[in-house]
Amino acid sequence: MSAHGPSSLKPGERHNGDANPRRRFVGQSVTRLEDPPLVTGRGTYVGNLNFPHQLHMRVVRSTWAHAIIRSIDVSAALAHPGCRGVWTGADVADIPPITFRPTSVKGLEPYRQYILARDRVRYVGEPIAVVFAEDPYVAEDLADLVTMDAEPLPVILSADAPPGEFAPGLSTEAVVMRKAFGDIEAALRDACKVVEVDVRVGRHSGVPMENRGALARIDHSRDVLECYGQGKRPHAHRDAVAALIGRSPASMHFYEGHIGGGFGVRGEIYPEDVLTCLAAQRFDRPVKWVEDRRENLLACNHSREQHHVVRGAFDRDGRLLGIDAKLWHDQGAYVRTHGARVPDMAMGTLIGTYHVPAYRTVGYIRMTHKTPAATYRSPGRFESTYACERLMDAAAEAFGLSRIEIRRRNLIPKDAYPYARAMDILDHPVELDSGDFAGLLDKALVHMGWEQMQAEVAARRAGGECVGLGMGFFMEKSGLGPVDGAKVTVDTRGKVQVITGASSIGQGVETVMAQIAADALGVEYRDVKVIHGRTDLLEYGIGSHASRATVMTGGATRMAALNVRRKALEFAARHMVEAPVELLDIVEGQVVRVDRPGEPGIPLGKVAAALAPSPETVAFGNPGLTAEGWFETAGMTHPYGIHTALVKVDPETGQVKVERFHVAYDIGCAINPMLVEGQIVGGVAQGLGGALYEEFVYDERGEPLSVTFADYLMPTIGEMPTVDVLLTEDAPSPNNALGMKGAGEAGITGVGAAIAAAIDDAIGIPNAITRLPVTPQRLKALLQEQRAGRT
Amino acid sequence: MDTTLSRTISLKVNGSAVQATVDVRHTLADFLRHQLELTGTHLGCEHGVCGACTVLVDGRSARGCLMLAVQAHGREVTTVEGLAGADGRLHPLQQAFKDHHGLQCGFCTPGMLTTLSELLADNPDPSEAQVRVAISGNLCRCTGYQSIVDATLAAAKSMRASGAAR
Repeated sequence: MSAHGPSSLKPGERHNGDANPRRRFVGQSVTRLEDPPLVTGRGTYVGNLNFPHQLHMRVVRSTWAHAIIRSIDVSAALAHPGCRGVWTGADVADIPPITFRPTSVKGLEPYRQYILARDRVRYVGEPIAVVFAEDPYVAEDLADLVTMDAEPLPVILSADAPPGEFAPGLSTEAVVMRKAFGDIEAALRDACKVVEVDVRVGRHSGVPMENRGALARIDHSRDVLECYGQGKRPHAHRDAVAALIGRSPASMHFYEGHIGGGFGVRGEIYPEDVLTCLAAQRFDRPVKWVEDRRENLLACNHSREQHHVVRGAFDRDGRLLGIDAKLWHDQGAYVRTHGARVPDMAMGTLIGTYHVPAYRTVGYIRMTHKTPAATYRSPGRFESTYACERLMDAAAEAFGLSRIEIRRRNLIPKDAYPYARAMDILDHPVELDSGDFAGLLDKALVHMGWEQMQAEVAARRAGGECVGLGMGFFMEKSGLGPVDGAKVTVDTRGKVQVITGASSIGQGVETVMAQIAADALGVEYRDVKVIHGRTDLLEYGIGSHASRATVMTGGATRMAALNVRRKALEFAARHMVEAPVELLDIVEGQVVRVDRPGEPGIPLGKVAAALAPSPETVAFGNPGLTAEGWFETAGMTHPYGIHTALVKVDPETGQVKVERFHVAYDIGCAINPMLVEGQIVGGVAQGLGGALYEEFVYDERGEPLSVTFADYLMPTIGEMPTVDVLLTEDAPSPNNALGMKGAGEAGITGVGAAIAAAIDDAIGIPNAITRLPVTPQRLKALLQEQRAGRT
Repeated sequence: MDTTLSRTISLKVNGSAVQATVDVRHTLADFLRHQLELTGTHLGCEHGVCGACTVLVDGRSARGCLMLAVQAHGREVTTVEGLAGADGRLHPLQQAFKDHHGLQCGFCTPGMLTTLSELLADNPDPSEAQVRVAISGNLCRCTGYQSIVDATLAAAKSMRASGAAR
């Protein structure tokens, strides 16, 4: 990026002299700028894009869960008149395995995936070959003609089964991770009670409505390989894919377009992404790949499958002295882009909202013969929150305290922030920036009418209904830094362009950035155009993940807009108005004199025109009404919340009906409450999926059984309760000027915990739910067991 | 068995007459998307569960992925591109989806809009329960559906107020 204007901010100077930020659009539920093309069928999802002369790629996938490849027969495919090429592992032997992001976790390298299987296959769905044709239907015909002869090997389908052999001499236990602080042995020794839970979360994932796809071509006018269809982390993926296929990053660009949902799974670099780019390079033709839903369910990253054993050491009053935890993480067949980030976050966040003097956790990261696992919305935290909250519910039972009281006794007190923990998450030291959890609890109980809800439940139970309430408290992390940049330019018509390194995966990032830029600059938000997901317009960008875009990219957008504002005012003061800069302001896109209200102002477009390159503007600093801004923050932000569920159980069928769901969430500063609420309600739906319905099931041979939407059950509207959201702004983050914290994961983190607790309550059996999802079959079996035990 | 692999079909798409030669194995959705370049009809599962590809065939909602293009011969097909007026004015449902945050990523939206336009054509004053039943066969992974219901009820209200029910 070029240099800033004459009196720009130094990096790290957060408030830019604007200690009292103006709020005309920030905080308002304005409608989205994204919507017009999306409601009229003009989206640019990758499947909608085509280039002349393109080839269609289709992947041939392993039907074996674990086997040695004896041979792959491609002769029939090659003999087909429509075939333009077939590759197997031998044809891409020069391509290294897919890299993972930098991490201090050692020992993961041998578990990486090649873009096409070499001597072994390790999950059903693993790419073993690709075929190319002029027509997508013909490409599917060709894929059916490729056959593989293999020698089956024993399969491992559970992370807590004894480890086996990943490759000769290499265990399926990839790594054992540890985190600890305080004296856990003393805590266990001194405890009045040690409470233990043994709980599991099932394998499920983000499953966006749009399947994965990619379209790559070489633009010979620039000698650039262009790739369309990548979302979430375009810059990082561009760099990684360029390295794998031997291009320089500057000769390769990613263009995001519309993305049909992210939810974590678009953060992986998949074999197919690399293959599409490589094929465009080798064939020197545009190459398009779009998977079908079966492939998506087989090959897009799975997530969540963990087994936690958590012991809490409590003193006589039910206060935590320490937590001792173990985790078995099912990584699936390979370690890809995210390395060990998911178990790292699960281990780092398990103690959540509680003051825990001593903590020790061990994570066994184990490979199985299932689809590789990685991130899904609230990665590690959905799982760890569920495990920790099961512990707190068990402790409430053990101490005879209410489930709220046991938590109250252990919440981090308001005056303890910033609250440091002597451990790292993702190689960052943990420091919780701000919070008032007890305050949120008080507000939530009033808002949802807790006492009335309890009375209602008691009355319905007396009437024979099987109903119950449950809560899940959670601490989120958001705004993963440390640095993000943006560039803001005003054109000669006064329209504003913001170029960001963020990514839009459906969450409304354009609108939110426009609101922030509009207020910082002094313009109408609809006059702000936000660009994202393009590696050719901004050299750096960290995309959208970990609920980071609003905080980090929003911070950078604000800095850049304030720099433009300052530049406009200083230039106008010097060259366009006879007034000192202190007397100037920008209001509704016009430079005006604050001491002469009502006097016509100078439109920003005119200032931009006057700033066109000239000796005068060069002398002023640099031409153009444009500036960059960098935002840096040492710490993450930590929003927090409480989920409460009211459920009804049918004891005959084991079916759980969620009747009501409440979310109380402190976001610090909501830029657009309507969009935040949208994120939360959508997150709840996904959370209910993981708690009650969604599971990737395998048979004993490793054959996946959940490969259509008839088997993998995502919540329809029929499963959705009314979701009531209480959004508070009581603990703004001290780490940015607006006090922002993230919103993306607030709806999902506590759902598993709240649903499990509510079902326990409904069936009147404490600690009954130890496994998610609570399918009707499982709950019915549990109730039958209980009845049999009683008689 | 007739081995001819393509047929010429005539149909109306969004009010315009279309004649085209199509492979007999091509789905209606692929025909619309790739031959007519009406890419607003999205494919989410290609096995009839998700509803993203829903179009109206003679005014009735149908899965574009479960119908062959040749089956649309002689029919009148409406896609999401055909919902707005010729002057570009949004259908009240499209407007309400914008106003009420009835979409996030937008991928399921075309199928939601076509499905709900059928509902409102049949029933200008649906209850919330009726709206929920109408979209019970459409999956949305972003919104949690609540805002879609709100948008639909608002659209119905504005259509009744303007007497513009189509």
